[in-house]
Amino acid sequence: MLSYIAKRLAMAIPTLLIVITASFFLMRVAPGGPFDGERQLPPEIEANLMAAYHLDEPLPMQYLRYMGNLLQGDFGPSFKYKDFSVTDLIAQGFPVSLELGGLAILLALLLGIPMGVMAALKRNTTVDYLLMGTALGGIAVPNFVIAPLMALFFGVILGWLPVGGWNGGALPNLVLPVVALAIQQIAYIARMMRASMIEVLGSHFIRTARAKGLNERQVIWRHALRPAMLPVLSYLGPAIAGIITGSVVIEQIFGLPGIGRYFVQGALNRDYTLVMGTVVFYGILIVLMNLIVDLLYSLFDPQIRYDD
Amino acid sequence: MKRLVSGCMAAALVWSLPLTVHAATLDIGIYGEPASLDAARVTGAVYDNDVLGDLFEGLVTLAPDGDYQPGVATDWSVSDDGLTWTFNLREDARWSDGEPVTAEDFVLAFQRALDPSIASIYANLLYPLDNAAAINRGEAELDTLGVHAANDHRLEVTLEQPTPYLPTLMAHIIAAPVPAHLVREHGNDWTQLSNIASNGAFMPSRWVSHDHIEAVKNPQFHDADSVTLDGVNYHLVEDLNTGLSRFRSGNLDVMRDFDASRYQWLKDNLSDAVHLHNQLSTYYYALNNREGHPTSDVRVREALNLALRRDIIVEKVLQGAANATSSLVPDGTAHYEMQTMPGVEGDIDARMDRAKTLLKEAGYGPEHPLDLRLRFNSRDDHRRIAVAAAAMWKPLGINIEMVNAEANVHYAEIARGDFDIARASWVADFDDASNFLGILASGNTKNYSGYKSAEFDDLLAQATAEADPDERRELLEQAERQALGDYAMAPIYADAARNLVNPDMSGWEDNAINRHLSRWISINP
Repeated sequence: MLSYIAKRLAMAIPTLLIVITASFFLMRVAPGGPFDGERQLPPEIEANLMAAYHLDEPLPMQYLRYMGNLLQGDFGPSFKYKDFSVTDLIAQGFPVSLELGGLAILLALLLGIPMGVMAALKRNTTVDYLLMGTALGGIAVPNFVIAPLMALFFGVILGWLPVGGWNGGALPNLVLPVVALAIQQIAYIARMMRASMIEVLGSHFIRTARAKGLNERQVIWRHALRPAMLPVLSYLGPAIAGIITGSVVIEQIFGLPGIGRYFVQGALNRDYTLVMGTVVFYGILIVLMNLIVDLLYSLFDPQIRYDD
Repeated sequence: MKRLVSGCMAAALVWSLPLTVHAATLDIGIYGEPASLDAARVTGAVYDNDVLGDLFEGLVTLAPDGDYQPGVATDWSVSDDGLTWTFNLREDARWSDGEPVTAEDFVLAFQRALDPSIASIYANLLYPLDNAAAINRGEAELDTLGVHAANDHRLEVTLEQPTPYLPTLMAHIIAAPVPAHLVREHGNDWTQLSNIASNGAFMPSRWVSHDHIEAVKNPQFHDADSVTLDGVNYHLVEDLNTGLSRFRSGNLDVMRDFDASRYQWLKDNLSDAVHLHNQLSTYYYALNNREGHPTSDVRVREALNLALRRDIIVEKVLQGAANATSSLVPDGTAHYEMQTMPGVEGDIDARMDRAKTLLKEAGYGPEHPLDLRLRFNSRDDHRRIAVAAAAMWKPLGINIEMVNAEANVHYAEIARGDFDIARASWVADFDDASNFLGILASGNTKNYSGYKSAEFDDLLAQATAEADPDERRELLEQAERQALGDYAMAPIYADAARNLVNPDMSGWEDNAINRHLSRWISINP
C-alpha cells in the first residue's frame, strides 16, 4: 500500500512539471500584460514595474527563476495584491473554498445518493419521474441563475439569510452559497446513482442474494449499495477538486473570499504569479484527490487490492 | 434526525443574532480591492481612494462637498514665480501609534512615490516637483527631489513649472505621508497590519483579502472628537447586482456603484437611496489620427462626430444615468468654462447632410464604402453603445466591424494604435482641466487617438508655464477648442457617479470628484 502511494506520488511529479511549464508559457502568450489598463502607463513607469517584477528578463530566465523559487516553496509576490504574497492569498482563500465545497459535496451526497437509490427502486413510476425530472432541472438551470434568485428570495424579500459576504464562515452566510453550489452536484449524483443502482440490481450476485431469501432491505443495504457507489466515488475525486477550486461563480455572486476568485481575477488581471500559484495548487489537489479516491476503491470493491 | 434538524436551526438562530445589532459602524460596498495600503503602490481607483482616503490624511484634504480644505497643513503660501510652496503643518497631527506627523514623513512619502524600485503607477502625478521625472527614470538621486523639511512642521516644495493646482494635487492619496519611523524599521512591510500606523480618522485593524477590510476610529486623529463612527468596514462586492441586494437587505450602508441600466427601477423603488450626479469623467471614442487609418482624415472624424446622437445614447441606452457631452473637459471642472465641439448640437438632418458631404469629399460613397474597426472592452453597456453608434453611422454608408476584448487586451491593443475607433474614458485624478487635456498631448501614452497638433501642444506648454490663473485658464480653454475643432476624438457622455446611500445617514454630500471621507458621516440611530 505504502509503496503504491509512493509510486503514485512519484508519477505525479512529471505531470505537475508539464502542467506548470505549459501554464507558465501559455500565460505569457496571452495578449495584454499585467500593467495594461485604462490608464496606459508612461514608459519610464512601466519600465520600473517590469524591472521590479523581473519581467524585463528573457522568458527562459524568468521560467528558471520561477521554478527555482517554487522549489523553495515560494509562489512569489502577487502583481495586483501587493500587500500579500501568493502563498498568503492561497492560505487565506483555500479554507474558505474548502469549507464551502466540502459542505456542498456533503449535502450533495446526503441528498443525491438516497434520491438515486429511490428512483432506481421505483423505476418508471411517478416517484422516479419526479425525482429525475427535478434532477434534470438541477442540471439544466445554471447556478448563476439559481444563486441570485435564492439571494433575492431568502435574503431581500424574506430577509432570512444574508445575501452575501463571508462573515468568518458564519452558518447563515454559508446556507445560500452551499445550497446553490450543491444543487447541480445533487442532480449529477442522483442520476449517476440511479443508473448504477439499476445496473447492480440486475447483476448475478443480487439475484443470488435474493434467491437465498434475503429480504429486499438487506439486499439493497448490504449488497447493492456499495458496488453501486463506485461510479459516484470515481466522479467524486475530480468533482471535489473542481468544486473546491472552481466555485468561482458562486464566490463571485455571494462575494466570498475563496480561491476560485483568485484564479479568475488573476487571469483577467494577468497576475502571472497568482494564476501560476493557483494552477500549481489545483494540480496538486487533483493528484491527491484522485489518489484518495483510488485508495477508497479498495474499501468499496473487494476485487481491488493495493498489495505490496 | 429530528434532533439534528432542530439543533441546526437553533445554531442558525444563535449565529444570525449578531446580524440584527447595528453598531455605529459604516459598511461600504466597494467594487475592487486596493492593491495595497501603501499609497505609493496602488492604482488610484475609486476604491483605493475610499480606503486610503480614510486611513491617511495629506497636506490638503476634502470637505464633504468635495472642496479642498487644509489637512495636515494648516496653511500654505507660494512664491511670486509660483515655483516654491511652503506648507505649515499642524502640531497636533499624530500617527495612530502616537508619534507626531512631521515634514520628514512627507519628504519620504514623495521620495518613495518616485523611487524607481517602488515602481509607483501614480508617480507621474508628482512630476511637477523639481527633478521628479528624472528621479523616476533613474537618472537622479532621490535626495535631489524638490521637497525638503525646513523643520518638523514646515515643508518646502520646489517645482519645475508653476502648478497653481498643487494644493488639489496634495489631496490625492499619492501625496499622503508615510510614517517614516516605521518605513525605516520595516521597509515595504510597513503596511502589514502588525506594523502599520495611520494618520487619518481611521486605522486598519483587519484585512481578509477578497472579503473585507476593517478600520476602527483612530483616537490620535487631530479631529477625533468630531468623528462619530466607531469604524468602517469596506466590503468587496464585485458583482453590482449582489451589491444592490446587499444594500437592500441592510447589509451595506453605501454601495459605491450600481448598474446604470437599473437606474429607472431604482428611482421608482429606492428613490431616497439612489444618488446620481455628475462627476469629472468623460466617456469617449478615440478616433485614430495616425497615418494609414481613414480616421486620420479630419473630414471623416468630423462626419463621425456629427452623426453621433449623444442624447439618444444617454436616454435610450443609459436610461438617463449620464449626461451627453461633446467636450473632453467635463462641466464642473474648477476654474474652467465648458467648451463644445463645433456643429454637433444642431438639427440632426442638417448634420447628416453635412456628414455625407464631408465623406463624399473624403472619397467615400456607395462605390467606395468606409469600413471602420471599432474596439471596445467586453462589457454589456460598452457593447450596447457600440451597437447604437454603429446604427447611427450606418446611414452614412459606414460599415463598422466590432471587436471586443477583455480590458487588459483592449487597452494593450489600442495603445499600439490597432483600431479606427476605440472606446476609452478618463476620470479626473484631480480637479483641473490640464488633467483631461493632457491625454491629447503628443507623446502621452494615454493619447490613444494619436492626436498630434503643434498648436495644441504649444498652448498646453504655455499654460503649464503660466502662473496667472486667469491667463492659464484662457490658454487651456483655447487648447481644448483647438482639439475639438480638429475633432481629435469623439466625446460621448460625461459619466455620472452612481451611489446607493442609506437614507438614515448624514454627512454624505454628492460631489464632482466622487470622494467621500467617512470621517464626515454619521449614522442616525
